Amino acid sequence: MIERIVPLHIGSVDISYTNSALLMTIAVVLITLLLMVGTRRRALVPSRLQSVAELAYEFIAGMVDENIGHEGIEYFPLVFSIFMFVLFGNVLGLIPYSFTFTSHIIVTFALALFVFLLVTLVAFARHGIHFFGFFFPPGAPVFMAPILVPIEIVSYLSRPVSLSIRLFANMMAGHTMMAVFAGFTITLGLFGFFPILINVALFALEVIVTALQAYVFTILTCLYLRDAVHLH
Amino acid sequence: MDPTSAKMIGAGLAAIGVAGAGVGIGNIFGSLVSSIARNPAARDQVFGIGMLGFALTEAVALYALLIAFLVLYAV
Repeated sequence: MIERIVPLHIGSVDISYTNSALLMTIAVVLITLLLMVGTRRRALVPSRLQSVAELAYEFIAGMVDENIGHEGIEYFPLVFSIFMFVLFGNVLGLIPYSFTFTSHIIVTFALALFVFLLVTLVAFARHGIHFFGFFFPPGAPVFMAPILVPIEIVSYLSRPVSLSIRLFANMMAGHTMMAVFAGFTITLGLFGFFPILINVALFALEVIVTALQAYVFTILTCLYLRDAVHLH
Repeated sequence: MDPTSAKMIGAGLAAIGVAGAGVGIGNIFGSLVSSIARNPAARDQVFGIGMLGFALTEAVALYALLIAFLVLYAV
């Protein structure tokens, strides 16, 4: 649960520094340290830490280049920040007694809403009024427009919803299941090692899911940016 | 019927929706294995799309689970 570490109030608004905020700070500090300390020596044959920093850079640079194309390099810092923030947030939640700040809908909704507004504004900036041509796919017969356009608009507006709920529900469900099986361990007494074995398997699944959900959030951001930059 | 029983029945009914995701995920990984078996050289390209498809399908299962939890605890 969310606990206040440093209670702060402005009027009636509660802006306390909570454990969620503390973990976000830790995630940002860790990412910055990884990149700064890792690339400090700039050796041609990289050390282990430099390899990790270069791997992360290459992975996202390849993803951006492959999905958005040549103009995608403008969006690389944003995509990299989103990927590292979500990845570190998910992974920091795996530490016992820690807190997963991406398991709260407000955090993931803020990220997803930001991505959605960014993609819409980029599309407007590049294509102006032709942005609305996106909702009528080329090659479709004109008489289908009254059915097709509302469906496309609703599907476009549901992007922030699905993006945020996917990340939030994956994180919350994994931790909830582990808590449920941990409860079974106590109530079963002597046979309590079965739920523990299941918890071990669930933890392995959680490790995969944390990396996968960070990847999926990022690649969907790239795909939405591709829609905004091309094909409008 | 008192609200607690109605909530439990509603949550149980909502959780039936995850069955569709089970079919979908099995479908995706079946095609993934089959396509890698046909053309092992395409593994790197196909694997990324397979993971994306898996995550998107799993998201639908989680929407159903979310409705179940919403009905059970938030209504």
